[in-house]
Amino acid sequence: MDTDQLIRTLAADNGHRDRPVGFTLMLALLAAAPVSLLMFFTELGVRPDVMTAMRNPFFDLKFAVTLALAISAMAVCLHLSRPEATLRGFGWLLLIPAGILTAGIGGEMMMPQRLPMMTRLVGNNSRICMTAIPLLSLPILAGALIGLRRGATARPAVAGAIAGLASAGLAATLYAAHCTDDSPLFVATWYTVATALVTAIGALAGAKLLKF
Amino acid sequence: MRERDDEWTGLMRSAIAGDSAAYHRLLRAVTPVLRAAARRGLARAGQPVDQSEDIVQDILLAVHLKRHTWDASAPFAPWLFAIARNKLIDALRRRGRRIFVDIDDFAEVLPGETPVETVSASEVAAQLQSLPARQRDVLQSIAVDSASIKETAAKFSMTEGAVRVALHRALASLTAKLREQ
Repeated sequence: MDTDQLIRTLAADNGHRDRPVGFTLMLALLAAAPVSLLMFFTELGVRPDVMTAMRNPFFDLKFAVTLALAISAMAVCLHLSRPEATLRGFGWLLLIPAGILTAGIGGEMMMPQRLPMMTRLVGNNSRICMTAIPLLSLPILAGALIGLRRGATARPAVAGAIAGLASAGLAATLYAAHCTDDSPLFVATWYTVATALVTAIGALAGAKLLKF
Repeated sequence: MRERDDEWTGLMRSAIAGDSAAYHRLLRAVTPVLRAAARRGLARAGQPVDQSEDIVQDILLAVHLKRHTWDASAPFAPWLFAIARNKLIDALRRRGRRIFVDIDDFAEVLPGETPVETVSASEVAAQLQSLPARQRDVLQSIAVDSASIKETAAKFSMTEGAVRVALHRALASLTAKLREQ
C-alpha cells in the first residue's frame, strides 16, 4: 500500500474519534474501584472505634495525605497522556502530599506524646500495611493503565509509575480507615514503602502497556 | 514556518469538526515533512533511507489513532512532531540502533528538502494479509480500489455503519500488529 492510499483510507475513517483520555480513564477507574472496595470490606473493614478516631486530627490527616497523593498523581498522569507533555510545570503537584505529611510530622513533634518516637514509627500494623496497600491498589492500577492506554505518552515508564502513585494513594485512603496507627511517622514510613512498591510495579507495567 | 503551523492547526480543527477533506489535505501536507525527517534519522543511524516510507506510514497511523489526545486549543505541530519523534525512535531502535532524535529534525525541514514522490512501503502491506477477511476486504476496497464507504457497503452487501466499524478496526489492529513486530 502506498502512502497516498493510506492517507485516503485514514481520511475515510475521520468519522471515528475516540473519547478524551480523561473520560476513558474515569470509566476504567469506576469499573475498578468496586473490586478494591469489595476486597477492603471483606478482608479489612473500617476500624471499630472510627467515631472516636475521627476526633483525632492525625487520623484525619492520613486521608488528607493519601487523597492529595491520589488526586495530584492522577492529574499528572492524565497530563502525561499527551505526547508532547513533560513533567515540567506539573511535577511539583506531587510535592503537595509530601508537604502535608511533613507538616503533620512537625505538628506531632510539637505535641506532648504518650509513646516514644520509635514506638509510634514502628506501630502495630506495618506488615499488614505493606501488604494491604499494594493488594488494594492492584485493581485500581489495572484500571488506570487500561484507561491511559487510550493516551499517547512519550514516557511510558514514567506515566506508569505515576499511575502507580495514584493507585497507591486511593488504596491507602481505604486502608487508612482500617489502620489504628495514626502517627504521621508511621504513615511517612510504611505507607511510603507500600507506595514505592506500587510505583515500581506501575513503572514496569507502564513501560510495556503504555507504548503506542 | 509559522504560517505553515497555523495552517496545519486550522486544518486539524476542521478535521475534528468532521471535515474529512480538510483532514485529507492536512495528512498530505505533513507527509513530506515526516518523510524528510525519517530519511534524516535513518541516514544518521547508518540505515538505508529507502525504509523511510515504513516509518512515515507508522507515524500517520499513530497520528490518526491518537488524534483525540491533541488539545484543540494548542498548536498542532508540536503534538505532531512529538508523535513522529516517538515513532522514529522506536523504528530506529527496532532496527538495532539507539539514536538521539532531536525535535528540530522535524521543525527545521525546509520546503526544498522535502521529496514529494511516494514510495511503496512493505510493512503495512505485509500486515494487511494477517487481518480478518472482512476487515481486509473493506480496507483494500477503500485504500487500493479508491472506493467510498458507500460503494464498499454496496459491494459487500454491508451497512455503511458496518463498513465504518470494520475500517476502523482494521486500522487499529494494523497499528497493533506493527507495534508488536
